[in-house]
Amino acid sequence: MAITLKVNGQSHTLDLDPATPLLYALSDDLALNGPKFGCGLGQCGACTAIVDGQAIRSCITAVKSVEGREITTLEGIGTVAHPHPLQEVFIEEGAAQCGFCINAVIMTAKAFLDKNSQATEAEIQRAMSGVLCRCFTHTRMLRAIERARQKLASGRGAR
Amino acid sequence: MKRREFLRTSGALIVGFSLSGVKMRGQGGPVEGAPPMNQLDSWLAISSDGSVTAYSGKEELGQGIATAQAQLIAEELSVPFERVKLIYCDTALTPDQAYTSGSQSHPANFNHANLAQAAATARQALLKMASDRLGTPVAQLSMKDGSVASKIDPSRKVGYGDLIGDKRFNLVLDPNAPRKPASEWTVLGKPVPRPDLPALVTGQFEFVHNVRLPGMLHGRVVRPPSPEAAVVAVDESSVRDVPGLKKVVVKKNFIGVVAEKPWQAMQAAAKLKVEWSAGPPLPSFAQYHDTLRKQPSRDTLMVNAPDVTEKLARASATLTATYRYPYQMHGSMGSSCAVADVQGEKTVIYSATQGVWYQRSTSAMLLGLKPENVRVIFRRGSGCYGLNGADTVTYDAALLSQAVGKPVRVQLTRKDEMTWENYGNAFTIDERVAVDERGSIVAWEHESWSPGRGNRPGPGTPGNVITGYLAGFRPETFTPRSPAPEPVGFNNNSNAIPSYLAARVNGAARGTGKVDSGRVLVHGVPSPFWTGPLRSPARLQNTFAQESFMDEIAAHVKADPVEYRLRHLSHPRLIDVVNAASKAANWQKRPSPGLGGASVARGRGIACVAYEGDNGYSAMVAEVEVHRDTGAIAVKRMVIATDCGPVSNPDGLRNQMEGGALQGMSRALSEEVTWDGEKITSVDWRSYRSLPLGFEIPKIECVLLNRTEEAANGAGELSITVAAAAIGNAVFDATGARLRHAPFTPERVKEALKA
Repeated sequence: MAITLKVNGQSHTLDLDPATPLLYALSDDLALNGPKFGCGLGQCGACTAIVDGQAIRSCITAVKSVEGREITTLEGIGTVAHPHPLQEVFIEEGAAQCGFCINAVIMTAKAFLDKNSQATEAEIQRAMSGVLCRCFTHTRMLRAIERARQKLASGRGAR
Repeated sequence: MKRREFLRTSGALIVGFSLSGVKMRGQGGPVEGAPPMNQLDSWLAISSDGSVTAYSGKEELGQGIATAQAQLIAEELSVPFERVKLIYCDTALTPDQAYTSGSQSHPANFNHANLAQAAATARQALLKMASDRLGTPVAQLSMKDGSVASKIDPSRKVGYGDLIGDKRFNLVLDPNAPRKPASEWTVLGKPVPRPDLPALVTGQFEFVHNVRLPGMLHGRVVRPPSPEAAVVAVDESSVRDVPGLKKVVVKKNFIGVVAEKPWQAMQAAAKLKVEWSAGPPLPSFAQYHDTLRKQPSRDTLMVNAPDVTEKLARASATLTATYRYPYQMHGSMGSSCAVADVQGEKTVIYSATQGVWYQRSTSAMLLGLKPENVRVIFRRGSGCYGLNGADTVTYDAALLSQAVGKPVRVQLTRKDEMTWENYGNAFTIDERVAVDERGSIVAWEHESWSPGRGNRPGPGTPGNVITGYLAGFRPETFTPRSPAPEPVGFNNNSNAIPSYLAARVNGAARGTGKVDSGRVLVHGVPSPFWTGPLRSPARLQNTFAQESFMDEIAAHVKADPVEYRLRHLSHPRLIDVVNAASKAANWQKRPSPGLGGASVARGRGIACVAYEGDNGYSAMVAEVEVHRDTGAIAVKRMVIATDCGPVSNPDGLRNQMEGGALQGMSRALSEEVTWDGEKITSVDWRSYRSLPLGFEIPKIECVLLNRTEEAANGAGELSITVAAAAIGNAVFDATGARLRHAPFTPERVKEALKA
């Protein structure tokens, strides 16, 4: 059936089984590289997208349930030329190894920081507790998120 | 591209080639058809605009080696880093350097052979060409920013593009071409940022998962319920109504489905009714480590001093302990994926394999094609740490593409990834020493049992991974051999020989320690599960046992663990990392255990390794808190000292040290493959526990010993190898409880506290 998805500010009408997980529409039909299939079970975070300000696991979210809502992917928060403060500090900190989990980490952190700009390091860590990085780049990533929080809180990186 | 094709077919001599005797241990040799290793043009090309393209057989997996290789080229050729393009691991383009594995990329390409020597050869050639062009002796020329200029009159200069642009060098690698000394480095040795980061953080980077070919279909596989189950019947009518389904493919015990869209393929794979025969039951999980001792085994003696038995019998004290290490997973974050396009005889494969050339030869076997008609192009996958599902899913994609004649993308399910990957080996290890009246070790016996089945596919063994096996190929054969023959030469590639042994083989002491009498006996036994190299294979497990045991001996003789190690070591580089780590950690000399504390006990432990005997050195001090009531371990601090020869990129090296330390901590504390009577039961992130970002993360401090006078060694497996022992030793220091069975789950800690 025809499903209309609003992704990164653009509407797309796609012919989909309404039970199709959002991830497949994003990565296959819309050819986006940000959200990724990690487990298909909502356990690792690789597929994270932001829907109406909330980080969701797109691998277990049916397209029908997000029709008409604001869907944002990693591609939608910044570009190489104009990166989001989180993307900027991840580059500065060299906070990646293979990089497969980057989408999980940055999108989860963004949805959290947007609502919790005064969060403590312990609160950030708790917010990231459902996200995996199998290369274990944890130290750099958490340092990068804290730096991005400071930038965002002081308005320096506001977008 | 055309030039490279020409190179491949120009009939240049193809030889196995090693310029300086740098060992390519366990790395195989070049496969026929690869660009010749001894030809400069196989490694480097300079275009008319002066930019440099380098071709390497060592790929970027996330470890930072691409950046370091580009730095190497920029340095040796005196061109800006941005003007170097690195192409790696494409069987149509790059030299065959076998696998990217085993901490071998840094030694292979940064010493006096291969990529580094190609750059040095090109440098000499460019100087000579410029000398002829400018009429100036080479001694009066200097190279900078992609040009050669006269030192006397810098206005007299010529760019590399003008000298050789788009033309072949037609030179053989010159073993005598001088390398630029480290004292002159301006790019190599610097923390050059990874150029792939901007694309990664903005979702622009193309993983193998993102390869999209025109007309591409999507496949999924249906694996057996247990390792030896066989197909009895496949009911294709069960998926007749799945929209978009193109084909059900059955080849012996390999089953897959192909559909237009990934979600359709998922549904078809889930719905397909297959009747399987029951395989034999699996061995008891609880008894498994003892079962290993009772298998037919292939025995290898690494060291066999004639006086070990006598020394053990006459010693003033002997100590014995058994260590157990579980099967663990590579457990990639993204389940494995590949895209294959089999068009009749011609095949192009996009794969995250760590060995494109062997993937080519084995895919060809599987497809019944000539290897020269198969091109394998590496695309990065999710971090793999050895042998995840990348090779097996490449076969899946190839088989399904061949069946439908269209490009097919296959991604595994989480369960299939975790059930069928080649696990890191389980180990049971017995350690025994004799101690003299002064408390010094005089004899050491190390005996291990480890199960194996399959491995990397190698040049001709597709059955080493599950898809090849299901399609009818056998894994490499297991041939029992007992008793073991006498050792013929020194080899500590697996770190089976304890660091503290002098390790006399054929008279020469080649070990890193002072203990003169030793016996090291290794038993390989069959495994019910597929196994393969997981980051620091065997080395991590052996080091866990030996470094924990060394701590037990030190405690027994009431010696400080650092001082006791130093007393038995002879190798200066290993001694130096032990000193550097303990100094940076402000190690207080005293025997373990200390006064850890009542409810929350605090302690520190050390472990060290000479990786593969001589391929990098590291020591780690871990500080922990142990919660006596819950058995939980909180690692508070890890101080790591490493020496991998010259540091090519300090930030990249730190990233590897930090990641390795935490991955080692996750493996030490919580990762374990589990099974019941018939199947694997650790099949997702609830049943196989990886420490998430929210875990309490220790403070990590790295001390990088930069030894520019030494050869380049491996770096990627240094910190992970010592993590489990350092943590276990710290727990002992805190509580007096010895952890001999990894992972150190709260249950096992509580059990040890009671003992």
